Amino acid sequence: MKSLAEIAEIRNTMKDKVSPAEGSNTMRIVVGMATCGIAAGARPVLETLVSEIEAKGLSAAVSVKQTGCIGICQFEPVVEIYQGGKEKVTYVKMTPDKAKRVVEEHVVGGKPIAEFTLQEGEAVNEKPVSLTETRFYRNQKRVALRNCGVINPEDIDEYIATDGYAALAKVLNEMTPEEVISTVLASGLRGRGGAGFPTGKKWELARTLVQDGGQKYVCCNADEGDPGAFMDRSVLEGDPHAILEAMAIAGYAIGASQGYIYVRAEYPTAVYRLNIAIDQARKYGLLGKNIFGTNFDFDIELRLGAGAFVCGEETALMTSIEGKRGEPRPRPPFPAVKGLFGRPTILNNVETYANIPQIILKGADWFASMGTEKSKGTKVFALGGKINHTGLVEIPMGTPLREIIEEIGGGIPGGKKFKAAQTGGPSGGCIPASLTDTPIDYDNLIAIGSMMGSGGLIVMDEDNCMVDIAKFFLQFTVDESCGKCTPCRVGTKRLYEILEKITSGKGELSDIDKLEELCMYIKQNALCGLGQTAPNPVLSTLRYFKDEYIAHIVDKKCPAGVCKDLLTYKIIADKCKGCTKCKRNCPVGAISGEVKQPHVIDPDKCIKCGVCMSNCSFGAIVKE
Amino acid sequence: MANTISTIPFKGTAEQAALLDKVIAEQKGKAGCLIPVLQKAQEIYGYLPVEVEEKIAEGLDVSLEKIYEVVTFYAQFALNPKGKYNVSVCLGTACYVKGSGKVFDKLKEVLGIDEGGCTSDGIFSLETCRCVGACGLAPVMMINDDVYGRLVPNDVAGILEKYKN
Repeated sequence: MKSLAEIAEIRNTMKDKVSPAEGSNTMRIVVGMATCGIAAGARPVLETLVSEIEAKGLSAAVSVKQTGCIGICQFEPVVEIYQGGKEKVTYVKMTPDKAKRVVEEHVVGGKPIAEFTLQEGEAVNEKPVSLTETRFYRNQKRVALRNCGVINPEDIDEYIATDGYAALAKVLNEMTPEEVISTVLASGLRGRGGAGFPTGKKWELARTLVQDGGQKYVCCNADEGDPGAFMDRSVLEGDPHAILEAMAIAGYAIGASQGYIYVRAEYPTAVYRLNIAIDQARKYGLLGKNIFGTNFDFDIELRLGAGAFVCGEETALMTSIEGKRGEPRPRPPFPAVKGLFGRPTILNNVETYANIPQIILKGADWFASMGTEKSKGTKVFALGGKINHTGLVEIPMGTPLREIIEEIGGGIPGGKKFKAAQTGGPSGGCIPASLTDTPIDYDNLIAIGSMMGSGGLIVMDEDNCMVDIAKFFLQFTVDESCGKCTPCRVGTKRLYEILEKITSGKGELSDIDKLEELCMYIKQNALCGLGQTAPNPVLSTLRYFKDEYIAHIVDKKCPAGVCKDLLTYKIIADKCKGCTKCKRNCPVGAISGEVKQPHVIDPDKCIKCGVCMSNCSFGAIVKE
Repeated sequence: MANTISTIPFKGTAEQAALLDKVIAEQKGKAGCLIPVLQKAQEIYGYLPVEVEEKIAEGLDVSLEKIYEVVTFYAQFALNPKGKYNVSVCLGTACYVKGSGKVFDKLKEVLGIDEGGCTSDGIFSLETCRCVGACGLAPVMMINDDVYGRLVPNDVAGILEKYKN
């Protein structure tokens, strides 16, 4: 058990190790070791760095540490070098061989290797750039992600060095629970998991509605099920202690002594690091009995999700922690009155918690100074799909979508045209190119038919068919509907069938009306958030891309060339040299023709696999 | 979901039974312990045949119906054994728009099995999942706990080859 003074001591001695001060002769090398980094080959890079530094006898002055997600997934594995008084240097797409050269030339020789750094544009600059100076990073503001890619997530001392657990100390020693709640209320923080309910309000209700002295619970929703969203995973893998600290603060605020983190089993690295963090916090007495010598007790247990999307819904999540089928239940009673095991409970998502220690330390006004009138602070987005810089970005609320796509994301690859951005996962909608100047906040996104969701932002270009995308999301909802209520169980299935009919060329114009009617019915009648928002992908594509639906129905064409049933492959006779390559590669023998004569495709035999098109060296095969 | 009762005979060992007994003893009486016990049991046996479910029912003093109800709700629990290497292709949005469907088709072709199937030698099983959170590397597949990213269909055969020996 550590006292306040001992924690302060750790902070002082560790500070210089985490961010070397000017004039200090230490150097710190960090390797991004979140799931994406590891998958891209960060582990051998880390091992090479460690062994090279050791072999050169530099271990005393140069530390090599793993860290969480640095944010530029596209360029993994990433290595960053910090030196006192100098801008950090970011090396990208590292390999063990490159790592050896970095040790040789940069660590020993003092000369950063420009060609391994991230360069804006195509040309390699004279000056090595750090990530901080790039278009990708320049406009970002890191609050929830402040430690991701900076500290070693498996070392509590490094978290303490960056003011970790200082907020918990402040809360327990200087603030009443009511003051904590009013600070969170005043900050304007809203839930980052989707609907955007004010966090302080949630805490206040859980504190005041039931005051019988019995057990209350603090839960963390880390069941990040939206496909395309990985913000919470990155926070858990990069800064797990921040979540533990925030949950303890929440426990103090509402009067709870037990917390649960419900995390997806699909995130093994996050689970591993959370377990380490919980053990370390218990050893330091930052979880457990009499924290910081006060009479406040708080402990946390991990619960692993078992692969059910609906368990991200709050009531379903609690039912699942109770060890039952994760089916939602009607509200009211709200969890603040009757939640986990029938007791008052608050449930916040990972990113929401990640903001809490900062709000306590820097004050509500600081937080409220960022963002828009009704959406304060920053938001983390997982940028994916057809975009040059995929990665994790954190921006102030109110940033226009265009800036995220063109500046931070670096535009669309291959010179293709931006078509739509999808936010909010299966509950959200598609934002068309005409609305990219919309400042992103909770209310604006709802107004244009999407929602914030947990923060997945998937970019689509002209090659993506919007009807197919709507069908894709509906298939997801059909698979994941828990089956408890009819509007969701049967309604989403019928929606899917109509979309299937349209994409296979059998649609009729009346199907559009049927879709709209059914969508409204499901929205109004489904039991939980999953069902109520399931029609959003259909409604938003109908709203902005109705012409594509009509093209499928009336012209029997898929303008993006995705829906197989509506495609035909053709050989342009003028361009065909008669090389026979397509004929030899066709798996079903649908192509005929003599050598040096134009070939033809038999549409009755063709299975539209596209092999001929990808094999043709003369661009003679087209699909329409 | 292939949640039919397995026809493959159960081959549990005494060591496995002892491990499971230990898990049950540790968890019994804790609030909401059923799902953690089932997860541990699946780690031990690789799947949850009725014999294992019966043992848990007895150990935790809950009905077999209750256990079956929970097992069939969650996608993670398998009533049939999986291959030694479970190949799981991400069909989440980011992977889907980047062509993971084609990678999945190629896997079906190379392995000669469909979604939910297992090769006859018991080495590979194939399934789809929704997002492993490595969207920056899309399209992605997992083989047991290893993540493979930035795939094109032609990568598939080479990657599988590594696991065959």
